[in-house]
Amino acid sequence: MDKKELQKLATLARIAVSSDELQTLQKDMEGVLQYISQIQEVSAGHHETKNGFSLQNVMREDKDSHESGAYTKELLAEAPQKKDGYIQVKKIISA
Amino acid sequence: MSIDLSQLTISKTRNHLLRGDFTVQELTESYLKNIAKKNSDINAYVEIFDDVLAQAEKADKEIATQKEKSSPLCGTPVAIKDNILIKGRHVSCGSKILKNYKATYDATAIAKLKEAGAVFLGRANMDEFAMGSSTERSAFGPTKNPHDTLRSPGGSSGGPAAVVAMDGALASLGSDTGGSVRQPASFCGVVGLKPTYGAVSRYGLVAMASSFDQIGPITKTVEDAEIVFNAISGKDPYDSTSAESITQNSKPKTSKFTIGIPSFLFGKETPLEDDVLQNFNNSIEMLKKEGHTVKEVEMPLVKYALPVYYIIMPAEASTNLARFDGVRYGLYAEGKNLFDDYADTRGVGFGPEVRRRLLLGAYVLSSGYYDAYYRKAVAVQNAIRFDCESAFKNVDVIVTPTSPTPAFVLGEKLEDPVAMYLSDILTVVANIGGFPAISVPSGTVMRGKSSLPLGIQFMAPHNEENVLFSIGKEFEIIKE
Repeated sequence: MDKKELQKLATLARIAVSSDELQTLQKDMEGVLQYISQIQEVSAGHHETKNGFSLQNVMREDKDSHESGAYTKELLAEAPQKKDGYIQVKKIISA
Repeated sequence: MSIDLSQLTISKTRNHLLRGDFTVQELTESYLKNIAKKNSDINAYVEIFDDVLAQAEKADKEIATQKEKSSPLCGTPVAIKDNILIKGRHVSCGSKILKNYKATYDATAIAKLKEAGAVFLGRANMDEFAMGSSTERSAFGPTKNPHDTLRSPGGSSGGPAAVVAMDGALASLGSDTGGSVRQPASFCGVVGLKPTYGAVSRYGLVAMASSFDQIGPITKTVEDAEIVFNAISGKDPYDSTSAESITQNSKPKTSKFTIGIPSFLFGKETPLEDDVLQNFNNSIEMLKKEGHTVKEVEMPLVKYALPVYYIIMPAEASTNLARFDGVRYGLYAEGKNLFDDYADTRGVGFGPEVRRRLLLGAYVLSSGYYDAYYRKAVAVQNAIRFDCESAFKNVDVIVTPTSPTPAFVLGEKLEDPVAMYLSDILTVVANIGGFPAISVPSGTVMRGKSSLPLGIQFMAPHNEENVLFSIGKEFEIIKE
């Protein structure tokens, strides 16, 4: 994995990474990728097609909703930037 | 009043409290005194709550009025890993990014312990976001092993395990995604249980890898682990992956089990230290003498459990940890635009191991690599689970050492991620398959002048915690 690719991953993951750190990360990632790549040896084709442990969605019944605003004060108290009962963020779309 | 904390278990304490030998307040004061003496060296607790005596007083009143009808956990002093929410209290997952965050609700496991009358002493240290096997990666500094303070207590629930080992609480709750309850329990000489996936609600546990995460108790005895498990387990409408255990509280069908030893244990993939293997073989001999049957079981794909884990876990973690962005809670580092607000907050707030795993997660999920890594890993995961279930057709329980080594020296594996990951090679199988597993102390080995604990791990089919409790209790007795 080259530094350009790592930088792209960092952008995708929304993590600011210094160029010094890219150096260490490159070495670490290579070690980890080498380790996890051993799964390529396994032929698990049978389990790719026939999933014996199929998953299913479990939905909660849509009832017992709470009153609007019941938790707003407590939740908003944790937000770093807020204004007039809203969470505040920087402008996304410029005029 | 002087109470010998080293002699206490949850069930013994219960009898003392009912007999009136001491009160919950006296017991709590003894713990606070012991914590004050030991915690500056061990750093197991990151915070002691300021209302513990008030909680104790309430428990005393409950015992005075309800007597035997009170919950078996009424008045039990407990510690909680720093990633399980207690309403109104700080929770930081050992991370800078959750600095000053206060939980806005109770985790279900916490609500159940509150209902039972447990006394919450404080929150216990952990690797940041439970990513680590040594508790060295905490924003609060490393926790030390109470058996040798130059060594790691294991991780990521190193704080909760060290708390119980240093008599800083009777029990603690940890979380186990790849071994994070059992490996530290083994390093600290205490009992650690990872329940069946879904047995304990994950509601209010800060998520790392949602399909593996389970809350589990750390205690001094198997009986105590069972008491805590019974109190915190059950179906919860707030966690759709939770389920009622049908076998809970029931006796296993037999008391003489067929025990499986996986042959991969002796392969080169499993770097067991010699005296760890010796200790394990001794344990097996003792179990045989008690009339259990021992068989070797072939599980050819189990050796891939750890690489599978290091694909699926970062993938899920990178998704789960997207919520820490400086907008809704925790740390906020201002950048020049919204994108930089996110990137700077996460760059400053997350430590190196978390950053590494999030990048790895982004990588295995990214277009072009998804099929080769993530999809393949899920297929191999299914194959491993199938391997284990086939083995369980012939044996009641699968046994291994909990970890290939005793507690290692602090700093020893910090610069080599793969070496650190390998300490979970024997525990991770239970998470990959969703099986329950318990680590029980199995004796000690010498390293230099230190006598270090080892653990033996029993893994059972889904929902058969009762088998683990039965064989675990028997093992404690024959080990004496």
